[in-house]
Amino acid sequence: MTHPQALKVVIADDETPARSRVRDLLEDCASSFPIELVGEAASGRELLALLGKASADVVLLDIRMPEMDGLEAAQHLLRLPEPPSIIFTTAYNDHALQAFELHAVDYLVKPIRLRRLHDALSRARAITPLRLDVLQRIAAEPRKHISVPERGKIMLIDVSDIRYLRAEAKYVTVRTAVREHLVEESLSRLEQEFSEQFVRIHRSCLVAKAHIMGFEKDSIEAGESRWLVLLNGIDERLPVSRRQQHIIKEFGRNLQ
Amino acid sequence: MASINQNSVGTLLPDFRNLGVMLRVLMIVTGLTLVAAILKASNWAAVIQQWIGITAIVQPIAILSVLLLGAANSWLHKLEYRSAVSIIVLAETAITVLVLRFGALVLDIEMDDAGRNALLAAATTIMLIGYFNLRSRALSPALAEARLQALQARIRPHFLFNSINAVLSLIRAEPKRAEAALEDMADLFRVLMADNRKLAPLENEVELCRQYLALEQLRLGPRLRIDWHVDKMPKDALTPPLVLQPLLENAVYHGIEPSIEPGVVSVNIYHVRDQVHMVLRNPYRKDGSHHAGNKMALGNIRERLALHFDAEATLQARVGDSEYEVHITIPYVRAER
Repeated sequence: MTHPQALKVVIADDETPARSRVRDLLEDCASSFPIELVGEAASGRELLALLGKASADVVLLDIRMPEMDGLEAAQHLLRLPEPPSIIFTTAYNDHALQAFELHAVDYLVKPIRLRRLHDALSRARAITPLRLDVLQRIAAEPRKHISVPERGKIMLIDVSDIRYLRAEAKYVTVRTAVREHLVEESLSRLEQEFSEQFVRIHRSCLVAKAHIMGFEKDSIEAGESRWLVLLNGIDERLPVSRRQQHIIKEFGRNLQ
Repeated sequence: MASINQNSVGTLLPDFRNLGVMLRVLMIVTGLTLVAAILKASNWAAVIQQWIGITAIVQPIAILSVLLLGAANSWLHKLEYRSAVSIIVLAETAITVLVLRFGALVLDIEMDDAGRNALLAAATTIMLIGYFNLRSRALSPALAEARLQALQARIRPHFLFNSINAVLSLIRAEPKRAEAALEDMADLFRVLMADNRKLAPLENEVELCRQYLALEQLRLGPRLRIDWHVDKMPKDALTPPLVLQPLLENAVYHGIEPSIEPGVVSVNIYHVRDQVHMVLRNPYRKDGSHHAGNKMALGNIRERLALHFDAEATLQARVGDSEYEVHITIPYVRAER
């Protein structure tokens, strides 16, 4: 029986028994206010796919999940046109909890108590939405994906597939071997987050270290020559600015 | 639960069948003969001469003693510490006198001062026993420390809370399975909180591992597959408790949990002559998370193996392309029933 005012909830947890426990508790809560279980997801990816099809008011989101953890999934979720409220769940006091306290992020510690769940859900619609910058600060590890909103859905690009990131007027172009995407992020923040995988070759361009094939000298411009970087899988060659030319040496050294 | 009692007597008196102990005895005796040679000789050239002379008499005594003590090992360990020590000292004196007599007959060595040599033998024996006594005392706090460390590092709190959560989820729908799971948890924590300085039969450890994995199976379902190869396992072999369980916990944490795809953890236990081999394998992903916890568990187990078996036990960890393997070898010491 679905109530028009029912609170729409999604459970995301990789462990089947953990999901069934929350389901039981939601049924118990349903006696005091209407709840509709929209769906369950066993991974961050499944969750994003689910919310591309259905809308939800609240996501009960497990932090430790394989492939894409809760903290990353939440960052992608916030790019939805109408992001749901997020209540994190976790089995153990990991480092994130302190940060949650600090930034007043909602969370529940597993095993979840009925009372706590009840309280959290009853104020779920009122809680201040999560802020992306707060989440980014809490997440200790860089994301494994970059999300692109597309027709109300979230499309995910594997960071390891990206060849380069280039700042445009208001967006950043994300180039994979297959195509280009535009994302609304700042290049300097991306540079900070992915400093392990990407290197800046130009004021407005980061390239993936793993995809660099080599460098070649471009002598088209009269008098002055410049270096171009060759990337695996794409024909495009990107210029290396004078200031960043030291990376060519460093790259050569790493090859030896 | 059958287990060998490694009480104060057991630990103060060395295990004479242990290769490390035998080597230590022979090395120390050799060192002493060298010192004696240097004392006796008047110049460097004479040192070698003297040493050869002393060694010809002392080494047969030392080797014979090591063999006899090895043979009498389990009998000696049943005695009280004082009686065991008296018997060993008397036996050593007797061996020395006998070897000297025999040497006098066969090699035509002069046997003028058997009394002096017997006294030297007794003194050396007492010194060696004292050394092993001090060594085991020096190591036993480390053993207690290792146990404590083990307890803290061992069961990840993450596992405890997830398991409780899994049991809670079963109570309404499948109370029978919830009961079984709680029983497994009780057994697991009983062992974790016990005094784990005693060696215990391998079959107990394997049973513990099964209980642990049953709990993980509850949470992970089809994602966790376990391949047991324990048909040729020597059930009565003695191992330090909690030698396999923490490794399996690592295997699940690093090999199974980070993936949505099902993974196989394999356990292979067998013995070749007097050595027991335990081989654990789990899937491994290069991009995987930090391995600090893993290193800590390995170091901990390696330390405990060394405390119990000295140089006779080894632990090797190997990272393959898609697989992680830990191979433990321990001497096959049988539990007494």
